[in-house]
Amino acid sequence: MTVLSTASRPGGIGTSPVRPDGDLKVRGLFAFSSDLSAPEMLWGHTVRSPHAHARVEHVDISRARAADGVVAVLTAADVPGRNGFGLVVDDQPVLAGDVVRYIGEAVALVAAETPEAARRAAALVDVVYTELDPVGTVEEALDPRTPPLHPDGNLVRAIDIRRGDPSRHAADVVVTGSYTVGMQDQAPLGTESGLAIPREDGGVQLLVNSQWIHADRNQLAAVLDLPPAKIDVTLAGVGGAFGAREDITLHAHLCLLALASGRPVKMVYSREESFVGHVHRHPAVLRYEHGARADGTLLYVRCAIDLDGGAYASTSWAVVSNAAAFAVGPYVCDDVEITSRVVYTNNPPCGAMRGFGAVQAAIGHEAQMDRLADALGMDPVELRLRNVLEEGDLLPTGQPIRGVVPARRILEELRDLVGVPPLDPAAGLLEMPGGVGNVTHGEGIRRGVGYGIGFKAGGMPEGIRDYATARVRLLPVRDGSEVRVVAQVQTAAAEIGQGLSTVVVQIVRSELGVADVVALPVDTSLGSAGSSSASRQTYMTGGAVQAACRALREELIERAHESFGHRAGSLLEHGHEALLRDGGLYAEDALVAPLTALVGEEGLEAVRRFDHRPTTPYGVDGQGEPHLQFIFAGHRAVADVDTETGLTRLVRLDVVQDVGKAIHPVAVEGQMQGGTAQGVGLALMEEIQVERGRIRNASFTDYLIPTVLDLPPMTTTILEIPDPEAPYGVKGAGEPATISSTPAVVSALRRATGRDLFHVPVRPWDLIAELDGLDERGEQ
Amino acid sequence: MNLDLHVNGRDHHLPDVPVWESLLSVLRDRLALYGAKNACEQGECGSCSVMLDDEVVCSCLVMAGQATGRRVRTVEGLEQDRVCAQVRRSMVEKGGVQCGFCTPGFVVAGTGILAADPDADDETIREGLAGNLCRCTGYTKILEAMADARETLHEDAS
Ligand code: FES
Ligand code: FES
Repeated sequence: MTVLSTASRPGGIGTSPVRPDGDLKVRGLFAFSSDLSAPEMLWGHTVRSPHAHARVEHVDISRARAADGVVAVLTAADVPGRNGFGLVVDDQPVLAGDVVRYIGEAVALVAAETPEAARRAAALVDVVYTELDPVGTVEEALDPRTPPLHPDGNLVRAIDIRRGDPSRHAADVVVTGSYTVGMQDQAPLGTESGLAIPREDGGVQLLVNSQWIHADRNQLAAVLDLPPAKIDVTLAGVGGAFGAREDITLHAHLCLLALASGRPVKMVYSREESFVGHVHRHPAVLRYEHGARADGTLLYVRCAIDLDGGAYASTSWAVVSNAAAFAVGPYVCDDVEITSRVVYTNNPPCGAMRGFGAVQAAIGHEAQMDRLADALGMDPVELRLRNVLEEGDLLPTGQPIRGVVPARRILEELRDLVGVPPLDPAAGLLEMPGGVGNVTHGEGIRRGVGYGIGFKAGGMPEGIRDYATARVRLLPVRDGSEVRVVAQVQTAAAEIGQGLSTVVVQIVRSELGVADVVALPVDTSLGSAGSSSASRQTYMTGGAVQAACRALREELIERAHESFGHRAGSLLEHGHEALLRDGGLYAEDALVAPLTALVGEEGLEAVRRFDHRPTTPYGVDGQGEPHLQFIFAGHRAVADVDTETGLTRLVRLDVVQDVGKAIHPVAVEGQMQGGTAQGVGLALMEEIQVERGRIRNASFTDYLIPTVLDLPPMTTTILEIPDPEAPYGVKGAGEPATISSTPAVVSALRRATGRDLFHVPVRPWDLIAELDGLDERGEQ
Repeated sequence: MNLDLHVNGRDHHLPDVPVWESLLSVLRDRLALYGAKNACEQGECGSCSVMLDDEVVCSCLVMAGQATGRRVRTVEGLEQDRVCAQVRRSMVEKGGVQCGFCTPGFVVAGTGILAADPDADDETIREGLAGNLCRCTGYTKILEAMADARETLHEDAS
């Protein structure tokens, strides 16, 4: 057969063309989901539960209904279909029926002529509650005396992974530790927002920010009791996601209001509402025991992880599995015992956030490796290198790591980084923790250098049949007297800022040699692309686009044979390389046919679905091949601590990540830098404070995320060790840097202070020697 | 109250605006100028940045009434501004834009910094952007874009 090669091309894969949406975004003209409007549009508002756990005795909407400008008020009784949603189990009511399970749970909806009228009317909905005892902790949830919050009990899922037998070892050194991780918020800058427009056929169009519009539509179909064909979900501009938009939030509410009122309805959450309106990263308790030989060889690991899933399941089912599978980190260990559980409580629901369970696990395993190195008197990087995963090694699930494992390279790159400046006692205030706060003149400042490495799986695990769909068209366009061929690419993959809409264009350019490529709007008119999560879209949707392009290439060659007969045939004979470039099909250097002739008046299109190789569910003892591919990153952090005030300052942060193949190197760096910043936030400042189920810091005044002043100069090193099974060898790039950044920063603080640091985010008082013992929850 | 505003070179007369309404709400919900964003509405994120005369302000913290008699310029109104045009180009070219929600705010703030001091050094730029949150980029590429804008504006001027 003829081999069509994929050459490097301007704006193709491996280059960094500017984003197609960049110009609109810098001019303020890009339409985010909060920037939409329609004639006759109403504004929606949500009535939420003030109680963590209560029976809903009565909802009286009469006062709200009578208020000025109010058009619709809805309660659970108005949900036409199934009053439940959820990505794995539909256990969360769209509007609470007889019971509320967390503070902020939606109970009723209002649509009114202005946002203010909707807000005021919402306050007039009278709900009578009888408070019930809230379940606040994992222990309480699992106590047999606690009444279950859901029919199947309070345990959402437990995973046990067993390999070998830890008890067969008499280790020279044993290190135990119990680590706690706070609840982190994705804090995308765009809050939840959208616009629902009733259709004439009784259906509805929803324009919304989302990570997965087909999952949205499927859930909406059940809730609205409409066939999916009557629901059109269109991706509106997404102001960041990071996991917060995998679940539906206001989607069903908007559609219900639009269908009830017969008018378009818009909703925009405030920042405060956003904090209660979407799921968070699971807070975790991780208990570890590592046993090693005196030379540093890891003999066994025992690990127990407890996650608080909050009131509803969301993606807890999968997060707990990730935490278990990656609990040991990228190290070889044949004797492991891992238990990971996630439970229902009356706390805010938790679900997906970048790094998805592996973030919590890495905080534990990297703390253990640091402390083990100390106990052994070894260099922490050397200890990691001694135990690092290599090709052919088995993971705790028994799954082999195929191909070159980048972990050693990452550690070596980090170890060989130069440029830790010595602490300068004469440094200016700006270069000290606390900055111009003038809290120190350098006396108590200590500098530490720390390392962290982490990994997770890219793609959907555990035998899930995951796929993506793409349509690619070649079309003739008339440009004056000239005719040239342009391409369109359509997918349902959510562009959430990561740059997927650039990636699909690059792939088409490379595959078809057409410079002029447009990515069409993202909606549910085409098959699913799956979720923009799990670092999977470049692999999956990229794979679908590649497949569609290759189908078109075959068709072009076919047509060349048919239309250009013997000449084309002889040029395209076996082994000869054919190439699409410069608007033509070439064999070697000879033009076989111009693209315009091959594409014809009608144009040409192909739709392809891409499936990855199957994975397996967990078998007995958590054994199997549940994961598709493995993605790694590591960090070195340099941090200063004022040991008198507990204030910190990052001096440097360096990240090394393997992405298989960097389709768009600048975007990959952007993922590494942005992911690193979120990890820094978790290490130093980001924790949702929950008190008896209530979020106490639901604002950017009280929940701090890193500013430009919190981040030090950063270098990024991209490794390209291809995954032989993936399109172009790509590996997911979105998440790994978030996994290793937190442990590296904490490690640097550990080095600076000599303190063990059992809680993340690290708080000032954890770093002050005089406050020893205060609020420390770990075992020494 | 009746509100007279001068926005992006045009006069607007708006009847019946509640006194407590922020400049941000008026821009977005009454004038359909969606360039200024609303990530916090508490003065913490800078996504709502606009120019009031020549000063960069968070429009969520300015009561609409306070803007009467002053020149309001949103990112849309800086379309023709030479400094802003370069900041925009550099932001796109250097990868300073991901989801883009923070972007108009950074563009306005960055324009303000370089308009006030074309030689602003890296540290001045960093501090000048400290009131703008970005959750996607980790800021590195935004800083690179700002440095690039400064250099390019210099080259163009010389
Ligand atoms: S919206 Fe004005 S500062 Fe955040
Ligand atoms: S690019 Fe998304 S918040 Fe800055």
